[in-house]
Amino acid sequence: MTADDEARWLIRGVTIAGGGQQQPGVTDILLGGGSVVAVESGLNHSGVRVLDAEGLVALPGLVDLHTHLREPGREDAETVETGTAAAALGGYTAVHAMANTEPVADTAGVVEQVWRLGRAAGHCDVQPVGAVTVGLGGTRLAELGTMADSVARVRLFSDDGRCVADPLLMRRALEYVKAFDGVIAQHAQDPRLTEGAQLNEGEMSARLGLVGWPAVAEEAIIARDCLLAAHVGSALHICHVSTAGSVEIIRWAKSKGWPVTAEVTPHHLLLTDELAAGYDPVFKVNPPLRTAADVAELRRALGDGTIDCVATDHAPHPVEAKETEWPEAAFGMTGLETALRVVQQAMVDTGLLDWAGVADRMSARPARIGRLTGHGVPLAAGAPANLTLYDPAAPAEAVLAAGASKSRNTPFAGLELPGRVVATFLRGKPTVLDGKLC
Amino acid sequence: MKRHLISAADLTRADAVLILDTAEELAALADRPIKKLPTLRGRTVVNLFYEDSTRTRISFEAAAKRLSADVINFSAKGSSVAKGESLKDTALTLEAMGADAVVIRHPASGAAHRLAEWVQGSVLNAGDGTHEHPTQALLDAFTIRRRLKGDGGGAAGRAGTRGAGLDGIRVTIVGDVLHSRVARSNVLLLSTLGAEVTLAAPPTLLPLAVGTWPCAVSYDLDTELPKSDVVMMLRVQQERMTAAYFPSVREYSRRYGLDTARMGRLPEHAIVMHPGPMNRGVEIAAEVADSARSTIVEQVANGVTTRMAVLYLLLSGTEFPEVAQ
Amino acid sequence: MCAASSPVAGRDGLAVLDAEEIRRALTRIAHEILERTHGGDEVILLGIPTRGVPLAHRLAALIGEFEGLEVPCGSLDITMHRDDLRLHPARALGRTDLPADGVDGKTVVLVDDVLYSGRTVRAALDALNDLGRPRAVQLAVLVDRGHRELPIRADYVGKNLPTSQREVVRVLLTEVDAQDAVMIGDSGGQS
Repeated sequence: MTADDEARWLIRGVTIAGGGQQQPGVTDILLGGGSVVAVESGLNHSGVRVLDAEGLVALPGLVDLHTHLREPGREDAETVETGTAAAALGGYTAVHAMANTEPVADTAGVVEQVWRLGRAAGHCDVQPVGAVTVGLGGTRLAELGTMADSVARVRLFSDDGRCVADPLLMRRALEYVKAFDGVIAQHAQDPRLTEGAQLNEGEMSARLGLVGWPAVAEEAIIARDCLLAAHVGSALHICHVSTAGSVEIIRWAKSKGWPVTAEVTPHHLLLTDELAAGYDPVFKVNPPLRTAADVAELRRALGDGTIDCVATDHAPHPVEAKETEWPEAAFGMTGLETALRVVQQAMVDTGLLDWAGVADRMSARPARIGRLTGHGVPLAAGAPANLTLYDPAAPAEAVLAAGASKSRNTPFAGLELPGRVVATFLRGKPTVLDGKLC
Repeated sequence: MKRHLISAADLTRADAVLILDTAEELAALADRPIKKLPTLRGRTVVNLFYEDSTRTRISFEAAAKRLSADVINFSAKGSSVAKGESLKDTALTLEAMGADAVVIRHPASGAAHRLAEWVQGSVLNAGDGTHEHPTQALLDAFTIRRRLKGDGGGAAGRAGTRGAGLDGIRVTIVGDVLHSRVARSNVLLLSTLGAEVTLAAPPTLLPLAVGTWPCAVSYDLDTELPKSDVVMMLRVQQERMTAAYFPSVREYSRRYGLDTARMGRLPEHAIVMHPGPMNRGVEIAAEVADSARSTIVEQVANGVTTRMAVLYLLLSGTEFPEVAQ
Repeated sequence: MCAASSPVAGRDGLAVLDAEEIRRALTRIAHEILERTHGGDEVILLGIPTRGVPLAHRLAALIGEFEGLEVPCGSLDITMHRDDLRLHPARALGRTDLPADGVDGKTVVLVDDVLYSGRTVRAALDALNDLGRPRAVQLAVLVDRGHRELPIRADYVGKNLPTSQREVVRVLLTEVDAQDAVMIGDSGGQS
């Protein structure tokens, strides 16, 4: 521990989003001992480090419900160290690491390993996600209870990458996790309807001669699982919702009061399948990019809360997995470092969400869904000192392919996005200052 | 500036007519004692074939050699990543060998697009997955134009086709459109040339978005036959049956196969085409394939001529000519 | 004159031959051909597109008029044999139409409108070489404007026209341009 860890920080002249105070506006925040000590204008304490935050927005530290850190097994694409560094640069103080590693995170042993790696790296908190089925095979339940009891305290379970297609198994999983307030996160993709699928089934796929991934393959599973969750009274979370039809089903389920939550990725808020025209596999992702009508509906839904949160589905891949023919290329896009900027472009600058809304969708709700304590707490005296300082007025800059992530497969390379993450604090200690890793 | 021929959509009507007219002039070469022109001397054309296709490869090879180009054949089976060198590495090797043009046939849709990012020369798409096969469409258009727009009909009809498109000609394409790169290229090119295209197939073998294509759609072959000047049969693969695209080969053949009875319902002048290879007895009856209406044999010769025209226009000068519309 | 011609930039130029003079020149050439080929024995006329073709047809008609002899007439496109293809975008091909009996053993008279560098004729000789083996090849041109770059000469010349390389010579023929004239104008930069 260095002197920095003990240091108190005074963040001066910032606007708090999603705060608990009665008078929103420009104020100062004092951090000390891992907590928010005070939120008040004109604070002036000696012996503190000062961060001039004029023009910046302070958000509770962002929480990602859906990240692929690739370790163990695919360290050529990313490690916990590099992935969490990328997360911190994106303003995240906690990420949920998906279970499709090698070996799969279906035992206490693997989830505890990932948890420890996260603590050692120290850039942000890593909450491991446990697999629903052994080896993601979809036939046998993994030891969900043991993972829940482990030091990693797993509450979110997902076979993401694969769908839990067997309805009976999905039912059992939903029922089983009630014992420890767990939640099953479904990657909704009917395998039979999407064999060999490459791109959203539509005009583009017909023109390009690529096997289509029909929207109904996602919607049918979501509908089924919402009904199952209601039937057994257990929490269901839908990963990376990508179609307008899915939104409609989720809206209907929520109107019935059913325990369903949903997430959307930044890329599904901004990009469409037309980008596949040049066959560049950087745009190949699962679920695929859809149409402009889908993008519009997803934005509306995130705006009105039908979709609860933004989750990056950060999926790093080595160069050779993407620099090849489309059908051979891997599915997935990176997203941790650009998420907040994309959300500003797609949601805030279009008037669909204000900064308080961003705090809710990118911090409060994901923390709640993930049953994560210490994160997503509104910034007020006594709250944990997990926060993100963001400059929405930073001049728009083209996204670089190279960043902290080991991988370069960002679909936003060359695209001008607004905003800049200036600083990230994890329990009072800065992980990012002036846009650079500490 | 056109450096490549990757999709039939790359060609305007004027471009397509120029290619057909050029092919018309080059066709006479086949009757000459010296079947060679010096035009592409010193140019290197590489045939990069990742799929077994002797027929198409030989066609491109003959076309290049008749123009005195040097030809290098590079055969690889299966996908690049699974079986060895990546497509990108192969492309860089070809660059180092100084290929002026690469003719690529590959099982992945979009392979020609990717290749074009990595080579300096021209890329000719000889069939990429289920995406496109533009030179097939060109030779089909050339065949149709000669047969139906030339005076005196027959295989030698030639005079009077210069500058002509395919206006008013009704073409029915029959079969597995969903998986057919020949169908995609033909729908684009034939409609660009002014033909009226109809696709006839069971609904399972048509892409869902086919309504946005410049053609009509029918599930009933028999209603289309009497109104067709050209019937183009596509090959149907037996494997499609196991994936539940149709219940049995027998039922497919009964509903969509071109047998002699159906051939009899065609207008007198109508022609029957097939890109080959054929499944005799499935999509086309043997007697139909061998009849006088069938252009299957001349399509092969026309393939060499059309490919010569494309190679000439892409490689002889600094670029494909800008054609006034 | 090159096959891909475009309008002369600037003024049309000066007419150095009018329709009547062109007619007289062609008449003379027709007679000369008959003289030097023993009355047109085994002669075929091949015009080089574009304007060499109507000229060849006119000569054939004149010969037919004078001798009652039908001289086979056709066209020989030389585009594929040009030596300057790589310097410009690909060129559209002209028609090659050979008489039914071919060229073997014949006296081929190539017909073109303007003889300048001689490269077109060189290409024509190469093209002809791939078609067969003529007994002899002769060249008839309406205008010889000098400035040869190869050892090529015409057997029959309508008019010798000394020019500077800055000038452009254009032959206009009714079949193509709705009038008959030979024009000289200032350069548009073409050779």
